[in-house]
Amino acid sequence: MSSVTAKAKATAKTTRTRPTSWAVRLGLFGFVLCLLAGVFAPLLSPHAPYEPASVRPEGMSEEDFMLMQDLGGIDLARKPPRWMDGGESALPLGTDEQARDLLSVTLHGLCISLFIGLLAVALQLFIGTLIGLIAGWRGGWADTILMRIADVQLSFSTLIVAIIALAVYRAVLGDGGNTFAPVMLVVVIGLAEWPQFARTVRASVFAEKPKEYVQAARVLGRSDTAILLRHILPNIASPLFVLSAIQIANAIMAEAALSFLGLGMPPDRPSLGALVKEGYGALHSAPWICLVPGLVLVFLAISVNLLGDGLRDRLDQPSRC
Amino acid sequence: MRFLATFFLHRAAQALLVMFVISLVAFGIKDFLGDPVREMTGEAVSDVERERIRDELGLNDPWLVQYGRFAGNAARGKLPTSYFYKEPSLKKILEKFPATAELVFVTALFTILFSIPLGLFCAVRPRSFLARLVMGGSLLGISIPVFLIAYALLYAFAPPLPVIGRGENLVNILGWKTGLLTFDGLRHLLLPSLALTAIMLPLFLRLVRGEMRGIIPRDYLRTARAKGVGPGRLWFVHALRNGLLPVITVGGVQLGTLLAYTLITETVFQWGGLGSLFMTAVDHGDINLIVSYLVFTGFVFVAVNTVVDLLYAMVNPQVRTGGMA
Repeated sequence: MSSVTAKAKATAKTTRTRPTSWAVRLGLFGFVLCLLAGVFAPLLSPHAPYEPASVRPEGMSEEDFMLMQDLGGIDLARKPPRWMDGGESALPLGTDEQARDLLSVTLHGLCISLFIGLLAVALQLFIGTLIGLIAGWRGGWADTILMRIADVQLSFSTLIVAIIALAVYRAVLGDGGNTFAPVMLVVVIGLAEWPQFARTVRASVFAEKPKEYVQAARVLGRSDTAILLRHILPNIASPLFVLSAIQIANAIMAEAALSFLGLGMPPDRPSLGALVKEGYGALHSAPWICLVPGLVLVFLAISVNLLGDGLRDRLDQPSRC
Repeated sequence: MRFLATFFLHRAAQALLVMFVISLVAFGIKDFLGDPVREMTGEAVSDVERERIRDELGLNDPWLVQYGRFAGNAARGKLPTSYFYKEPSLKKILEKFPATAELVFVTALFTILFSIPLGLFCAVRPRSFLARLVMGGSLLGISIPVFLIAYALLYAFAPPLPVIGRGENLVNILGWKTGLLTFDGLRHLLLPSLALTAIMLPLFLRLVRGEMRGIIPRDYLRTARAKGVGPGRLWFVHALRNGLLPVITVGGVQLGTLLAYTLITETVFQWGGLGSLFMTAVDHGDINLIVSYLVFTGFVFVAVNTVVDLLYAMVNPQVRTGGMA
């Protein structure tokens, strides 16, 4: 492991003097923007997200519109965004295959993607921290066993593990599995990546254990749990924070990939990945159906990656892939 | 040479252990979820008859006996029969394997070809304009999902280039249908492999750069420079040799990631490979085929990683025992 320490030193030498980078600020700004858009999706959406939009086309009289409604509605599927030929001013970003307002359904998709990504990372953080604290504090065989398990699990790529787990779930329940799709996504992504946190926490606990404040707490007779949670944990919070940012990006991307494969969110409650998948059929005739949710997804991912990368550089974490 | 033998035994034992775990998981899935009798008989058959078939198939044997049979068969290359195709799974898998292998091969070629020089350059000259451009591009690369890249490529190049499939003129060499030898086959291969490269290249580029940044400040490089080693030899021979070792190991592990991305790429381009086969199995609830895919890819994964570790040990005599992973 000498290369790791050497690397850490090297990184420390080159980055310590760097001021708060624009990358971190930009990333944070983008991420907060996405969070706000996701949280306030119901308020920001001009139409009901999961129903075909019903608006009166420009140039059509009120009576004609009523008449058309009685005749079964107007086909508004694949309407282009407002500024393009044939766009409707009431449908700012156009509509998708099912005539849903693309802005509304994308905002709600963003909300779902964020929700799953954040919860999955919260689960990773919880499990990983717990196991890392135990392994680091106890050492010995507990450490060996727990870290071996972490190694084995890390050696399988998360995405392929998640794909296989969800494929089995799908194969058994079919479309009946849609109800619990978000829960399954959170659990699968959460369980697959806990070793990342466990390793970081364990290494940090090892580094903190011999320090004076820990000794002092011991001498004062505080319990192990209290020392770990009240003294050590606050001191190792910053690497966890950085890792969380990186993991949020990974989790959101994993969710998008799983939903794209049809293993995640169903088409009637789509996340961003599922929305992009839906646009495939009309890639050439109506590219905006892919493009709108796709760009939002890329914007979100870039923001979180910028944030994570920038924070990692600042905290002198060895860069990992 | 003695240590190499021990090392080999150690790694082989580890590989066997991992395969054992994979087979347990696979058998667990199959045992709990697949009911071959229902698949075989349909609704009209009486319970007594079903029980007889169950006995005949050995489904009423103790769990351990059944697992033993499953593992024994798998070790001899007999994976369970696909419900959907009504054919042995392994036959189906081997039929589709060349398509995926070629896609992965070409992607790996592109990735290695570009990630090493670019990663090295970004580590050596981190402040240069080109390095910033490359790093920015790689951030963009890891932030764009592979299916979006695939869509973008389809949108931009699909009319001149073929949209889906592997093409018609495949050359059959000893049962391995290759698309690498015909112009049409290569044309079909271009877009999928570009999409995959677009996602794998940033991953490896960042990895190479990270490792190299750890190597560059080392004393031995300063010594080499002091004694007059030119920059080309210094970076590409002295530095790269040390920096690439961890990259090789991680590269083996990243095979899993590559498989996952291959699955997505194959779905977009309707590439008739393992990924498409797997998605068909999922759509039809074909548990046997899913399990066979799991065992097969698990095997490939373990085999590749074992070979990578052995190569690593041969290249780097520092590795005497396991545990470095």
